[in-house]
Amino acid sequence: LHFSFLVVKTTSNRNPTDKMSLSAKDKNTVKAFWANVVGMEEDIGCDAVSRMLTVYPQTKIYFSHWKDLSPGSAPVRKHGATVMTAVTDAVSKIDDLTGGLLSLSELHAFTLRVDPANFKVLAHNLLVVLAIVFPNDFTPEVHVAMDKFLAAVARALSEKYR
Amino acid sequence: MVAWTDFERATIKDIFSKIDYECNLFKCSCFLRCLIVYPWTQRYFAGFGNLYNAAAITSNPKVAAHGKVVMQGLEKAVKNMDNIKATFTELSTLHSEKLQVDPDNFMLLGDCLAIVVAAQLGKDFTPEVHAAFQKFLAVVVSSLRRQYY
Repeated sequence: LHFSFLVVKTTSNRNPTDKMSLSAKDKNTVKAFWANVVGMEEDIGCDAVSRMLTVYPQTKIYFSHWKDLSPGSAPVRKHGATVMTAVTDAVSKIDDLTGGLLSLSELHAFTLRVDPANFKVLAHNLLVVLAIVFPNDFTPEVHVAMDKFLAAVARALSEKYR
Repeated sequence: MVAWTDFERATIKDIFSKIDYECNLFKCSCFLRCLIVYPWTQRYFAGFGNLYNAAAITSNPKVAAHGKVVMQGLEKAVKNMDNIKATFTELSTLHSEKLQVDPDNFMLLGDCLAIVVAAQLGKDFTPEVHAAFQKFLAVVVSSLRRQYY
């Protein structure tokens, strides 16, 4: 009996620790599209958080300490701005999200203890707002790059959980 | 049976009256968008020809035709809001037994539809309208999953 084993060596320029990583094209698409957001961060963030709390009411449990959870309220607006500042920061750290978001991951893991499934929920609502604000720029290509980016951000935020 | 408020009923009917069915631009077709954003969903459409990239998908006539089939199915649900479960029994069996579609994919299409509707309605897609629409999507998805075993 003769066994031949086919050994395939894959050569790749990609970092071997990447899983479903962002391609150079994805990163450029995200950076170019995110430039549109400058100056509108608070409105966009406010709308995204408002929607999350309204459309997915189970997320309200994390904000029971707020006086007012209604769309556009002061705490919602403030938190929307906080989230958007963090996402803008993540865009600037797109080449190393895990390292760049380390302390935010610790915050979410140990202090806030947000179930990581919710990152996807907020991401979806942010995409909905981007589609509303930029109906012509939010093409399917931009959509997939942004979806991948936000999924990568979610993964980086989940790093320290366990 | 699902309990719809008057607001939800009116909102769903209003949304579907406003959707542009003829338009096959990226802004309009949730099916087209789903194939691009979640490329693994292409596995069910091997006979559609060229799905190689976003441009090919956007100009593919079979994709356009199937997009309309999907929307017609949803319209049926809108016309039978009080009994979507029964309305979709055959469709659910079809997706489970013949097409063998992973039911997790239904929500992917749902997410794309929410984004397409948001792009078309703009500011009119308020958080309250969005919530009503999401409830409708959840009922549709649940009805489509029902016959799976």
